[in-house]
Amino acid sequence: MKMQSDLGRVRGLGSAKSGSSHWWTQRVTAAANLPLGIWFILSILAGHTADYDAVHAWLSSYFHSTMMILLIISVAVHFTHGLQVVIEDYVHNRKAEVISLMLIKAVAAFLSVAAIVSVLRIVFAGA
Amino acid sequence: MVEFNLPANSVVKEGKSFSAPADAKNVRSFKIYRYDPDSGDNPRTDTYDIDLDKCGPMVLDALIKIKNEIDATLTFRRSCREGICGSCAMNIDGRNTLACLKPIEDIKGEVKIYPLPHMPVVKDLVPDLSQPYAQLASIEPWLKADSPTPPDGERLQSREERAKLDGLWECILCFSCSTACPSYWWNSDRYLGPAVLLQAYRWLADSRDEYTGERLDALEDPFRLYRCHTIMNCTNTCPKGLNPALAITEIKKMIAERRA
Repeated sequence: MKMQSDLGRVRGLGSAKSGSSHWWTQRVTAAANLPLGIWFILSILAGHTADYDAVHAWLSSYFHSTMMILLIISVAVHFTHGLQVVIEDYVHNRKAEVISLMLIKAVAAFLSVAAIVSVLRIVFAGA
Repeated sequence: MVEFNLPANSVVKEGKSFSAPADAKNVRSFKIYRYDPDSGDNPRTDTYDIDLDKCGPMVLDALIKIKNEIDATLTFRRSCREGICGSCAMNIDGRNTLACLKPIEDIKGEVKIYPLPHMPVVKDLVPDLSQPYAQLASIEPWLKADSPTPPDGERLQSREERAKLDGLWECILCFSCSTACPSYWWNSDRYLGPAVLLQAYRWLADSRDEYTGERLDALEDPFRLYRCHTIMNCTNTCPKGLNPALAITEIKKMIAERRA
């Protein structure tokens, strides 16, 4: 039986005094994805991703490899922040919520680091 | 998880029908949600056919006519009948609004009336609003200042400072907006909802209030404030034409402004 007052329940554990940096980061990465995304689409249209040799030459460039790593970071951060909000909105079982939050972050971390390592390999090892 | 289906005891069934008098020429059907917690029955929708020639122009007039002349068991809240008390907020024709401000003429065909969405129902069209009321109390909606009141009595405010409260003070707390908000539906236990956040901003925007920082501290929370995803249902539905979504954005901007 719950006899706690409505006000006590609503105040709960108090304010987390956070959330603004999550909100701001989501907006900044959204803004960053725009020019980076346009660059990526233009690169595809220009035929830089036509075959292995074209991609290799493209990502060997100082500018294009930098842009690619920035795109990977920005998309990964934006993706995890956005999906985190979706999970917090809809998953109300606390255990399932925490596990799925850790899972998406782990998957995003693995994929983005693997992608960055691949770009660096082309740049430095020439493979 | 979000529930996509109603629990078995909440499924709305077809209820009774009351036809209009035989001599009625201008008949309109009102399909109204009915729920009686004492009966143990599922909620149902009763249909009342009304002669609009013998009824006032607003949906509230029809509800009062039904209660007076057809079915005295129909339960709803109403008081001022002029859009200033906020009592008769309900879902009419798929949209949260005040029954007293909604002309029957604006609705095509059958008039469907339900209580405010996603709130516990006390009876028929009466929702239990204890939680949003407690959330309103939690943001301390009153002037807080440490400077003593001037000896001649009033805390002064310039015309420009006073103008910042326009679009905020008019809120009558009918909670049409909060109960139209999907974020509030899924997380009303932690998200404050547009009505309460608009009230919070009303005090943040008040030049006489000296507790802006503390108020922002209390609001800066992933759930209390940042569950707002600018869906804009609040602004679309507000029967007073206010813009709670803008007020929430202003709060987010204030918090962003005080960051490094």
